[in-house]
Amino acid sequence: MADETNLKLVERIGARTIGAARYVGGASLLLASTVGWTFRGLVSPKVRLDHRSLATQMVRVGVRSLGIVCLVQGFIGVILALQMEPPLKQFEQQSQIASIIGVAGFRMLGPIFTAVILSGFAGASIAAELGTMVVSEEIEAMDAMALNPVRFLVVPRVLATLTMMLLLTPIADMMIALGGYGISRGVLGPSVYNEYWKLMQNMLTYPDFFTGLTQGGVFGLLIGLIACYEGLNVRGGAEGVGRATTMTVVYSIVAIVLAACTFTVLFYVFEL
Amino acid sequence: MRVFFTMTDNDNNANRDDREPVIEVRGLVKRFGCHTVLSGVNLDVYPGEMLVIMGGSGCGKSTLLRHLIGSYIADEGTVKLFGQNVAELDDAAYDEFKKRFGVLFQSGALFNSMTVGENVALPLKEHTDLDDATIDIMVKIKLEQVGLRQAEDLMPSEISGGMKKRAGLARAVSLDPEILFYDEPSAGLDPVTSAEIDFLMMDLARKLGVASVVVTHEMDSAFRIADRMIMLDKGNVLMDGPRSDFEALRDSGLTGAPAKDTVRQFLRGDSEGPITQRRQNSGFEDDILNAAAGID
Repeated sequence: MADETNLKLVERIGARTIGAARYVGGASLLLASTVGWTFRGLVSPKVRLDHRSLATQMVRVGVRSLGIVCLVQGFIGVILALQMEPPLKQFEQQSQIASIIGVAGFRMLGPIFTAVILSGFAGASIAAELGTMVVSEEIEAMDAMALNPVRFLVVPRVLATLTMMLLLTPIADMMIALGGYGISRGVLGPSVYNEYWKLMQNMLTYPDFFTGLTQGGVFGLLIGLIACYEGLNVRGGAEGVGRATTMTVVYSIVAIVLAACTFTVLFYVFEL
Repeated sequence: MRVFFTMTDNDNNANRDDREPVIEVRGLVKRFGCHTVLSGVNLDVYPGEMLVIMGGSGCGKSTLLRHLIGSYIADEGTVKLFGQNVAELDDAAYDEFKKRFGVLFQSGALFNSMTVGENVALPLKEHTDLDDATIDIMVKIKLEQVGLRQAEDLMPSEISGGMKKRAGLARAVSLDPEILFYDEPSAGLDPVTSAEIDFLMMDLARKLGVASVVVTHEMDSAFRIADRMIMLDKGNVLMDGPRSDFEALRDSGLTGAPAKDTVRQFLRGDSEGPITQRRQNSGFEDDILNAAAGID
């Protein structure tokens, strides 16, 4: 009986492992195909990148999420400042709130929170849109017309999430800094806000900005890729679309956190 | 493959045999897991011919169609389009073949982010070197052919189901294909619209001289449009012959031959016959009774 239970456990672990490998393999193939079509779109006159579609996706992914990104990141700055003030006050180091917010915001919190917002805001929407196209046979129709769905649907969406993450990340960084400054002016007092910008400027280096920006770009790529992969692999009608939408958010957040952890280790090792 | 009976003593078939088929399927087998959907299907489609593939739900007709348009790859057997085995083609070569046929999907499958006109223009923009002005004229011609010129600037969400099928048909013929595939073209339409679509299909086939393959289980529509008919049952071709043979069988009495009586029941839509008998013999009623016995 115990052997049978162990066997089932091994079977289940094996099935999960195979499923995960298949998922990563499928997403990697999609990435390779996306990179290939993007490259061909840039160098081959016969394969045009659909600029109109790219612009539409950028507006949908980035411009429409700008308000919510600014709002959330502003509050992140407020929370950070308020949480750090009591312990730092014990050492009369409240002024260092600016330095900590600057480093934490620019290096990690700006890109990671923006990515989490985008995974729910844009990723889920992309998965639902592509999933609905699968259900309504639009993808099959494209294929039957010798129109590659990766070229026409995936490339503009992945480029849009990547580009808009690169553009939103600096804005998010600034909103965190502004949030911290705002609450310092309103609640924490002159000991914090008097030299807020000067201290932040002194503490921040170019690598702080560029490591955050790099992560933002990678997070954007992951969101776009996972959303398109989930959307294109929808099975089973409306239920499948719902599942793909949910899983896009879940897998995107897991991938973002794993990528952030990997980047942190690499930056630590290479002292960036 | 198992063709239970084929009727070939017909002038139409005699003429067909002089020409090369545009579609040639031999021994096509398709399995999904342990479930065999197609068990060795043979099929020929000739230029200018309107072939109707029919059968009950789950008999494999849509799976067969998807092999013909390249969505599925056969587990066994060959599918030849224009004399070329499609399994031997790479993606680029198959894409070239795809430009020679058009497909009308059950839902119309219009791209919802584009207007009707843009939908029709898309294959022309991507697969030809025509300038925008010429494409615009061609779109108008194609839409006129299907009676939809007034809907060029409308979005798919703004038109009816029948109009979507017409627009899908205009898109399918935009590159002047040699074969047209239709997946359940009358499904979900009222009888009048369904008849309009049927006449449109016949009109296009006549004017463009294309071979047409229609998958349907709408009998009125099938008998209206078909030159030749094929009945699929459990992944096998149960009957292959000209429309007149099917009409004769439909109007005849019971033959005593199980295959013929199965086709006859399907054509007539009778509630009793070999198909219902087979379902009863599958143990379905026993399963229900056993399940009911378990309910207190």
